[in-house]
Amino acid sequence: MELPNQIETWFSARGWQLHQHQQDMLDCADDPATLLIAPTGGGKTMAGFLPTLSELATTEHEGLHTLYVSPLKALAADIKRNLRTPVDEIGLPIRIEDRTGDTTQTQKKRQRADPPHILLTTPESLALLISYPDAQRMFKGLQRIVIDEIHALSESKRGDQLFLALSRLQAMCPDLRRVGLSATVEDPAAIAHLMARHPDPCKILHAEAGAPPDIEMLEIDEAPPWAGSGGRYAIPSVLREIARHKTTLIFHNTRAQAELFFHDLWLANEAQLPIAIHHGSLAREQREKVESAMAMGALKAVVCTGSLDLGIDWGDVDLVIQIGAPKNVKRLVQRIGRANHRYNAPSKARLVPANRFEVMECIAALNAVRDHDLDGDPRGSGPRDVLCQHILIRACAGPFNADDLYAEIISAGAYTALSRAQFDDCLEFCATGGYALRAYDRWQRLLQTADGNWQLRDPRASQRIRMNIGTIQDTDTLKVRLKNRMGGKPLGEVEEGFAATLTAGDTFLIGGQVVRYEGLREMTVEVTRRGGDKPKIATFLGTKFATSTQLSERILMMFQQQDWPELPPATRDWLHLQRKASQLPSPNRLMIESFPHDGRAQTVVYGFAGRNAQQTLGLLLTNKMEEAGLGPLGFVATDYATLIWSLDPVNQPHDMLNPATMRDGLETWLAGNAVMKRTFKASATIAGLIERNLPNARKSGRQATFSSDILYDTLHKYDPDHVMMQITREEAMRGLVDFGRIEQMLSRVEDRIDLITLDRISPLSAPLFLEAGRVPVRGLAEERLMADEAERLMSAAGVPMTAPKRWAVPF
Amino acid sequence: MASHQFIFQGHTLEARGDGALFWAAENILIVSDLHLGKSERIARRGGSLLPPYETDDTLSRLDTAINQTHPAHVICLGDSFDDLTAAGQLDERHQTWITRLQAGRAWTWIEGNHDAGDTAFGGTHVAQLAHDRLIFTHIATPKTGEISGHYHPKATINLRGRAVTRPAFLYDECHLMLPSFGTYTGGLKTTDPALSQLFTKTARAILTGHAPIEIPMPR
Repeated sequence: MELPNQIETWFSARGWQLHQHQQDMLDCADDPATLLIAPTGGGKTMAGFLPTLSELATTEHEGLHTLYVSPLKALAADIKRNLRTPVDEIGLPIRIEDRTGDTTQTQKKRQRADPPHILLTTPESLALLISYPDAQRMFKGLQRIVIDEIHALSESKRGDQLFLALSRLQAMCPDLRRVGLSATVEDPAAIAHLMARHPDPCKILHAEAGAPPDIEMLEIDEAPPWAGSGGRYAIPSVLREIARHKTTLIFHNTRAQAELFFHDLWLANEAQLPIAIHHGSLAREQREKVESAMAMGALKAVVCTGSLDLGIDWGDVDLVIQIGAPKNVKRLVQRIGRANHRYNAPSKARLVPANRFEVMECIAALNAVRDHDLDGDPRGSGPRDVLCQHILIRACAGPFNADDLYAEIISAGAYTALSRAQFDDCLEFCATGGYALRAYDRWQRLLQTADGNWQLRDPRASQRIRMNIGTIQDTDTLKVRLKNRMGGKPLGEVEEGFAATLTAGDTFLIGGQVVRYEGLREMTVEVTRRGGDKPKIATFLGTKFATSTQLSERILMMFQQQDWPELPPATRDWLHLQRKASQLPSPNRLMIESFPHDGRAQTVVYGFAGRNAQQTLGLLLTNKMEEAGLGPLGFVATDYATLIWSLDPVNQPHDMLNPATMRDGLETWLAGNAVMKRTFKASATIAGLIERNLPNARKSGRQATFSSDILYDTLHKYDPDHVMMQITREEAMRGLVDFGRIEQMLSRVEDRIDLITLDRISPLSAPLFLEAGRVPVRGLAEERLMADEAERLMSAAGVPMTAPKRWAVPF
Repeated sequence: MASHQFIFQGHTLEARGDGALFWAAENILIVSDLHLGKSERIARRGGSLLPPYETDDTLSRLDTAINQTHPAHVICLGDSFDDLTAAGQLDERHQTWITRLQAGRAWTWIEGNHDAGDTAFGGTHVAQLAHDRLIFTHIATPKTGEISGHYHPKATINLRGRAVTRPAFLYDECHLMLPSFGTYTGGLKTTDPALSQLFTKTARAILTGHAPIEIPMPR
């Protein structure tokens, strides 16, 4: 396609030339699907929209022409601004609107009746749009769909939902052409497979790579601590860098770390540099304030988490600092890309390892970036909980034929291998619940009519289904407000589980300030300000990143060296110390440390098998420990090791790690584990078995709702092969559990298992004690602890046991 | 099933780990808030199609409790059925099961807010029952000597950073409240004003489970 004159004139008036990949995109504008891989700042979005602008400049078009989908609401708003300028300057009569969770009801209604030429939206809003009976009319004439940051979407269920919605759109608009815009990824073909309309191909275009990034370890005067994840020791050096640059983004891996770091940074900020904090748990008002200050260039630095990860173009960032080891090389590269949004100018990034172990992780990551060795795991087939939700969404839009819907679904990349039987199970689940006991014949959700089509039994159910659209797992959170007579200013939110551990007087950090917990009122955490105090409790639990196995392999190899002249002296000493106090792990052997710490027996298994596999090892070992009566209480897994704490220590690891018997009794153990119950909750919510905890429903009283664990236990007992249990197992195996790697590792090490008993914590294990993502083990140890705690509470309350001592089960 | 003995209004009672209360001296078993037929009611009203096994589960646990205590009298403290329609629509199998449990003993259905009115099931249907200075009722009014249900109390114990929450019996000098016995029931925390205002500062919570334990009522 040729660039129309008025657009060409506009380009040359600005002294701009088309990038090669922008021309390429114009040339394949008529292809059914195109994926563009381009580094950040490469004019990717313009490349995606040029064919749209060209078509709208040369031909009359009625109604919706192009749909733009991005993972972030803020990104949709940002693109609207950035697209408006050229469209106005060129003088094109194009209407551009966005539609997200923030759009008003009136606006939304009008958009359905009279859609703009270009609509910018998110996967969830699109899923909602196709659920309306008038979707066909709204999308009539739709020509193109542009999916931005498709690499981020394609890693999650949000992407699966989007691609299913796309299969529906394609059925309504057979001429629809698809464009995906992606940052640099390891395996572009995998994304192309997901976004293609099968069996049509999807062409992959590559933009020329930008300048190689300028990325190094930050030079820090002080040595990093043994353990810890905050990077606090680096604050003077970080402040120095902030002063030297225009705008610095300081990335943290978790919100808790961002909070702690910001607090300390602020205390040390004697020059009063304008610095702000931004993360997903802060109140929307707070975040918007920071976003607009940043867009105006009023900030020298922003301490942030993944909420700023995607390609939002705010201000003039010229330095990215990553605190804590980048757990994933791909994410690191994307973060680096945030610095210097001009093509061909190298982006500048500095890494700050938070402890000595992370020094090695950082070096491994730097080497991986230089080798262009991006990580990424194939995602496997499409999740069926998302499929169930899609079936319900389809039913909201009106009666459908099962054969047609199945044909649409298997045109989506992730679902090409879905069998008809698997589809039918999901359809049956949506219609009747799919239980072995046929109980709801009168109360089916979907009915089959005389002509064989499926439809909602009660059309009013559609409202309920729409309220539950989406695949983002929201943990139950509570709002945090300052306590005062006026109702108090919202500060953000914390996880309900965290709030449950608070007692009045505890202090914690939120939004960079120390607050005191006063109490809970109508599902809101009330706090007062406590300036300057040291927070007593670590903030809310962070989510954990799924990490890459290739970094752990690089590190295991580094351990094998006799000495480490390339490492900073402190880290080098620390490794020598570990070698003296204990050992360093080596390939083809399995090292286990056992020592008392924190009043518990601690067992550390250095498997270097990646987090999912290490988590599986935690499940397997706690099972064996429970059988042996050692009272396991919980475990946490990293890429490198599993840390288990228990009442009694492990002495015979060989027996417990025998591949032949390892899985005995596991089925039962796994079924009762928190990992499975969490997975069930997430999947059952997506599939529509459980309704989301809507804020209003929760306020009205908790006793009306009951825990998803009860449903899980009931199904496990009475209907263990129910489709929802199958889906739970599928999803757990996908993300959390990885037997293959563990069995592979155990057969490789055979009996070369080294148990090292120490009298205290080892240098190498220290960082594990601060890992987030602890998995509780609910076994007999909990009963033992409860009895002890009850005795303590009763005597603390000054009450002698008035009742005869209870009859107890001997442990 | 392990149980925990305590003294309320001069009577020695047993809080069972399954959430039932046994009064050995009078040979009475008391359970509250069975909510039989809950999944059917939710489905009927256009909600989720929940696994329809809660009536089986609740009855089988009640069956076990009766088998272990051989009570002469069973008192259900209300909300035994999720609503009267649910009571009428129980499977024939479940109806027979209930009739079998009732055989050879007295049975009192206290009316709750969910199931006020008569059902086809045998036994006595009453708003409350007084027996030897104790008053069995659904919702605490509050009057001294009341044994009630309705609120589905649950209590949390903190074990060094790990919070364990269980359905719980609550009692002080004047009142005793039972946890819900039904499988599909949630709970109200003892910190909720509805509960913390009802009970005095010296109230206790007995957490149900493998081995029930007594602690000062968290508030």
